Amino acid sequence: MSGTKRKAHEDAMTYVIIGNGVASIGAIEGIRRHDQKGKIVVIGAEDAAAYGRPLISYLLAGKIGVNQLALRGDEYYAKNNVELKLGTTVTGIDTAKKAVTTDKGDTIAFDRLLIATGGIPFIPPIPGVQGEDIYSFTTLAHAQTLIELSAKIKRAVVIGGGLIGLKAAESLHDRGVAVTILELAPRILSAGFDEKAGALAANRLKNVGIQVNCGVTAKEIQRDEKGRVKGVLLTDGRFLETEVVVVAIGVVPHSAIAKDAGIKVERGIMVDEKLMTSAKDVYAAGDVAQAMDQLSGEHRVVPIWPNAYNQGYASGRNMAGAKEPYQGGLPMNSISFYGLPTISVGVVNPPEGDETFEVVAILDEAKETYRKLVFRDEKLVGYVLVGDIDKAGMFTAFIKFEMALGADAKDKLINAGPEVFLWPEKLFDETWNPAPAKAAR
Amino acid sequence: MKRVYPDKDYCIGCHICELACLTAHSKSKDLILAYTVERGSEGLSSCKRVHEGGPTCVALSCRHCDEPACVAACISGALQKDSETGRTTYDREKCVGCWSCLMACPFGAIARHPLENKIVKCDLCADRPGGPACVAACPNQALKQEER
Repeated sequence: MSGTKRKAHEDAMTYVIIGNGVASIGAIEGIRRHDQKGKIVVIGAEDAAAYGRPLISYLLAGKIGVNQLALRGDEYYAKNNVELKLGTTVTGIDTAKKAVTTDKGDTIAFDRLLIATGGIPFIPPIPGVQGEDIYSFTTLAHAQTLIELSAKIKRAVVIGGGLIGLKAAESLHDRGVAVTILELAPRILSAGFDEKAGALAANRLKNVGIQVNCGVTAKEIQRDEKGRVKGVLLTDGRFLETEVVVVAIGVVPHSAIAKDAGIKVERGIMVDEKLMTSAKDVYAAGDVAQAMDQLSGEHRVVPIWPNAYNQGYASGRNMAGAKEPYQGGLPMNSISFYGLPTISVGVVNPPEGDETFEVVAILDEAKETYRKLVFRDEKLVGYVLVGDIDKAGMFTAFIKFEMALGADAKDKLINAGPEVFLWPEKLFDETWNPAPAKAAR
Repeated sequence: MKRVYPDKDYCIGCHICELACLTAHSKSKDLILAYTVERGSEGLSSCKRVHEGGPTCVALSCRHCDEPACVAACISGALQKDSETGRTTYDREKCVGCWSCLMACPFGAIARHPLENKIVKCDLCADRPGGPACVAACPNQALKQEER
């Protein structure tokens, strides 16, 4: 440890970050909070500086332009003394020699390395899925391809009714393409939302003319003699003519490079409470990492935006020597469907028959509002809001700060909604009006 | 940095801070026009909100956290931490109205704009020479801007 400190003082640390998504931005900001001198090198496979990846659906829908995608300003990298190597892929990591090699033939030495390579689209082994006319929707390049394509095609089939699939469908629909969604599960949004929230969202999509088919998926993608897609044969026997198939089943950790380097990988790259991998001074964050989940205490891959930033930030500050553990991830999603906002946080689908959970749900179909609260051990552990989302953050507080609820407070939370006066006095004071020495930042 | 700290023991729930906030963020900078006209036509709203729980009340707004959950959740880069001023800044032009910040902020300090897909959040009256209007207007010094 003393060696590390000495080095930091004598000559600046070199931090190398593989990946240029939001985890990478988080890491830069985490590092710079504790180390203004060290050199940061970011190696990104894509050609663009970090952009708001979820914004590609806004781009495809024509709501924003390419110039609105950048996550930080033009001066950001220079101001933070970051050397940006774009369009560059890391080909190998040598954890012993502490260096990475790139496809440009460079070898870059590091004192600390962050692997933030994100996820890659999962392509299921459906007959006919390999070849032309099959698209993913996770990068700016994908969005640009689909924008060009949308002017030429009439129909598209989207496989997958999760967030990416629904947003791809909505955006293509906005470009005048007739879209059909296929979702194998009995409902859309099965991962982060529940049946009723999924149904409200599905109705919005159906009302604008998007076909939503649940409990069914592609059995085979059929092609003509030239190899172009002509349609999709479904598991229920139907045949849907289409010119294009968008596969949006989900993403899997892009962890091959870590595996090749002998770093421990389960579903994702395993990391400890500092976000360090099994290799010393090598960290991982974001969609590629299998990091601790706050509520379960287990290590999970939860590929969501805020977790990626937070893990990047926590790895950054730990790489820079601050000994502040990662507080754990909290699954959360906020997404709107044609003006219907939905938010889902924490545990929203407790295991069936598990009586340690208590669920309170109120659905108003006419108003298109839904509120579901999930409790365990007298604490709020999850919620879903559709339509009326204005108190979302205040609900999040009860989960994030793991506030114990008495019967009275719980009753108020259910019937009157979350309120800051239900907080424990100590938390309230430290948050809002702390004594100078105790200020929670 | 200097933050605004609300003291519930001194707050009398008069909502004057909300009106001061409304005026400070209005085009006219006139209380009556801000309230009677701009509130309706522009969706002008206060960043500050008085919470009431029985006899107790307190006026809350963005804490400008050192490590803000809203910045982590923001998909567009509209919300950022200014490392020089310490402020959590909001760029209205970049915001796409995804409500991720509203979900992530455990302090309930972010509200939806009533008319547009934008948010309403305290900016500590960045352009106001005298500092936050709410602090200046509070009749009982329940709001203090201090270094703590």
